[in-house]
Amino acid sequence: MSELYARTVAELSQELRAGSVSSVELTRLFLARTQQYQSELNAFITISADSALEQAARADERLRAGTAGPLTGVPIAHKDIFCTRGEKTSCGSRMLANFISPYDATVVERLRAAGAVMIGKTNMDEFAMGSSNENSFFGPVRNPWDLTRVPGGSSGGSAAAVAARLVPAATGTDTGGSIRQPAALCGVTGIKPTYGRVSRYGMIAFASSLDQGGVLAIDAEDAALLLAAMAGFDQRDSTSVELPVPPLHATLEQPLKGVKIGLLKEFFDEGLDRGIEQCIQTGLSVLQAQGAVVREVSLPNLPLSVPTYYVVAPAECSSNLARFDGVRYGYRCEQPLDLLDLYQRTRSEGFGAEVKRRIMVGTYVLSAGYYDAYYLRAQRVRALISADFERAFHEVDVLLGPTTPTTAFELGAKTSDPVTMYLNDIYTIGANLAGLPAMSIPCGFVDGLPAGMQLIGPHFSEASLLNIAHRYQRETDWHLRLPSRFT
Amino acid sequence: MSIKRSDIESIAHLARLALSEPEIPRYIDELSRILGLVEQLTRVDTSAVTPMAHPLPGQRQRLRADAVTETDQHQLYQRNAPQVSTGLYLVPRVIE
Amino acid sequence: MEWETVIGLEVHAQLATRSKIFSGSATAYGAAPNSQANLVDLAYPGVLPVLNGEAVRMAVKFGLAINARVARRSIFARKNYFYPDLPKGYQISQYELPLVAGGAVDIVLEDGSTRRIGVTRAHLEEDAGKSLHEGLAGLTGVDLNRAGTPLIEIVSEPHMRSAKEAVTYLKKIHTLVRYLGICDGNMQEGSFRCDANVSVRPRGADKFGTRTETKNLNSFRFAERAINYEIARQIELLESGGKVLQETRLYDADRGETRSMRSKEEANDYRYFPDPDLLPLEIDQMYIDAVAATLPELPDQKALRLMSEYALSGYDAGVLTASAELADYYEVVVRDLGGHAKLVAHTVTGDLASLLNREAVEIGDSRIRPAALARLLARVVDNTISGKIAKDVLEAMWQEGREADAIIEERGLRQISDDGALEQAIARVLVAHPGQLADYRAGKEKLFGFFVGQVMKATAGKANPARLNELLKQKLHA
Repeated sequence: MSELYARTVAELSQELRAGSVSSVELTRLFLARTQQYQSELNAFITISADSALEQAARADERLRAGTAGPLTGVPIAHKDIFCTRGEKTSCGSRMLANFISPYDATVVERLRAAGAVMIGKTNMDEFAMGSSNENSFFGPVRNPWDLTRVPGGSSGGSAAAVAARLVPAATGTDTGGSIRQPAALCGVTGIKPTYGRVSRYGMIAFASSLDQGGVLAIDAEDAALLLAAMAGFDQRDSTSVELPVPPLHATLEQPLKGVKIGLLKEFFDEGLDRGIEQCIQTGLSVLQAQGAVVREVSLPNLPLSVPTYYVVAPAECSSNLARFDGVRYGYRCEQPLDLLDLYQRTRSEGFGAEVKRRIMVGTYVLSAGYYDAYYLRAQRVRALISADFERAFHEVDVLLGPTTPTTAFELGAKTSDPVTMYLNDIYTIGANLAGLPAMSIPCGFVDGLPAGMQLIGPHFSEASLLNIAHRYQRETDWHLRLPSRFT
Repeated sequence: MSIKRSDIESIAHLARLALSEPEIPRYIDELSRILGLVEQLTRVDTSAVTPMAHPLPGQRQRLRADAVTETDQHQLYQRNAPQVSTGLYLVPRVIE
Repeated sequence: MEWETVIGLEVHAQLATRSKIFSGSATAYGAAPNSQANLVDLAYPGVLPVLNGEAVRMAVKFGLAINARVARRSIFARKNYFYPDLPKGYQISQYELPLVAGGAVDIVLEDGSTRRIGVTRAHLEEDAGKSLHEGLAGLTGVDLNRAGTPLIEIVSEPHMRSAKEAVTYLKKIHTLVRYLGICDGNMQEGSFRCDANVSVRPRGADKFGTRTETKNLNSFRFAERAINYEIARQIELLESGGKVLQETRLYDADRGETRSMRSKEEANDYRYFPDPDLLPLEIDQMYIDAVAATLPELPDQKALRLMSEYALSGYDAGVLTASAELADYYEVVVRDLGGHAKLVAHTVTGDLASLLNREAVEIGDSRIRPAALARLLARVVDNTISGKIAKDVLEAMWQEGREADAIIEERGLRQISDDGALEQAIARVLVAHPGQLADYRAGKEKLFGFFVGQVMKATAGKANPARLNELLKQKLHA
């Protein structure tokens, strides 16, 4: 058996219920690791030791009383985009650097109710805008596999924290790949559920029609455990879907015989790293060996995902971030001369460069004379992309391809040109545009850096994705590898 | 599609962002590149396509019952406020 | 040159829901600042709107009442602009697909003719908060209690041709929303307010002139004055060779003039787009039928019924149906009195109306309840008192809160119809005024009124006027 800190949520849950370890002990262990590696990784914005130990003590009472669920007493972390009552919720921004949320996000509330112990809030790209975690007001996060490289983004803190086993699992959000891309670059398992599966209430909005909360974990089983607790209808979110969540854990072991996998032709383009392609091919053979049937599928409009996204997401963001005006909460500039000055300086000083860039683009594409040419056209192309997916799912059960074109790149390598940075999300954005569930699972290493394999399924097929990922992970151990400096 | 200085200035004003002089050419360059990327969208014929504002088809708006569920919490909510007085949020004088 | 005025109105009516359109905060007027603003109303990070079904029902009710199309599918859109009373930096409204479109109301013009005013659309949206400037040492205070109160914005076609017509239309809409019970119509509290789009053009021209939008018209009187001011201003401008600027103007009630609101002008590029936090609002026929079943009798229907049922004039019927409460009051009095519809109409629209007006009380809050008024009028009908005395009794009833009969008895106001008593009084008056009597008999018949007045004075106004006339004539010609 591995060290306690390297165990999965499912394993820790067993230990807790067997009484071989208490939640307070586990919480101390993970708190200690979090604090120990904070200066190296910068994975956290807030470490809540006191409240974590209180929650752990309460979890231990539940464990003793026999009222514990599978997550009771398990330490986790939340991406700092989720509002946590009485705790700082910064969204990686100077704008909210001193913001104390008076309420819990639905995701936080549900995991709290399930007994999970929150040990802190993870670092992220400001307002979830970024693919490298270099856009945080609190400084970049580093990749545990190579501290000179980025962990991916925007949920880079959560991905790095799980990869280094500072926590066994963490929440994330995914607007264009923000769970899957850092999961791939850090060698962890990430799932973005179907749009509407996880409530967006209390999750600070970036692009409302694309944002979706999810999980970063060691493996698919843990992802299923957390997702089951987080997901489900919430009347406070009008876009939340009124459908029951199937028991995700119950179908993990189903055999893969006859499962039809579509290999996404458009993802195997000239931009794809040969090493990653090799990992995917090898991974595919693992699934074929279990009876899965593979065929190539083409989604001709999918290459337009990136331009579509970079109209829709900035448009929504420009409007969503208008509320940060220095009036009711958050940063306010010093000594405003008048109202215009208050708005302009508050926003210019409170937001970082990438956020401002996207607000500018979004304002532009919605402005008079450009709305039809950009926004409306993008929403039409979005419909085409969505229809491509729908057609594909008439033929296959799940689509498969790489999560990212390359492995983790060096800090600063892509900061000079926003477009180069945006192309990191080329394989992940499609699922967001169409609202589809998607996962990234570790599938090997290229020059010592993790590679991720992506699964995309039809709406509400989280159980199938988790099933395939779990069966794959029973045959492989990529997901259990740990960077040596964190052992 | 080329972005002009005046475009940048008017967008920045709409978005209530103050730009410093050196930022303006940078924004011209970056926005031009981003919009250049977006130009790809004109490659496909979308004339017969209905715009998709929402990722899940067939969903409709739910309606809430008309009930007051909130109590006065302004003191709690105003703890985050930069400047308040007698329950009011304060801003520089608004002239109409 | 002869000018023609073209007016269209945008009416904002606050819907009388208990809670806000997108949150569970109360909508009551006059609460302590920000005590009715929750996280959604304050646009806290991460919060989301959830639509109040009652606001939808009320808007649909309005749509049905003006024979408009109720959209099976309507879309909420964001109207983006920065203002301290707009916490999200956008207002949730409806833009391309409003809930209600293509209705009309009929208004009666001064000459008695009817004109149909088209209603282009009525859409659901949220109200903004309020900015306060007093006593804050050069700062502005923001109260967000009103933010998120549901509104329908009712946009008319440019079908009105004078300020009077515009006000008649405005009153009609005001009457309608109160009949429907969807808006309390309180203009002082801002529950019902309007913006006026005004332009002028040479009579006979087929193109509209450049229009201005005058905001903040929160009384009928101000609306009329502001529109008239704006018409005069535009004509003067054009006749002196100037041009009307398309702009937003504010009515300053203290100065009685409109002035340009440059703050609103600088950049009204609202960047509307569908609100991704809200889904399409879909309404089916069953829903519409259910709402239709709750529609009350509407003002026009009620006026027609009153005209046929009580043989009232169009004018009286129009006045009595200005509010459902007034019409109800009227009908109860007629019922209790067992008829005499015209007498009741006369009293309710006359003496009672001026009393209510003087005391600034709505009919629903009248201290004189319909049954009490019916008992008073019964004394007129049975000749116990005259109509003139009835007015005094009405006043006393209002002041003292007592029954008509008690007041009549206590003050001895019963009418004198007894011939003997009247004859005695007449005789005394004739004796006392021999000069006038001689003049009358010499042909100065105008003096008849003088003698009536004197007898009335002598009887403290209690003489039965009809009998007095008859007896006086006999005595004068005797």
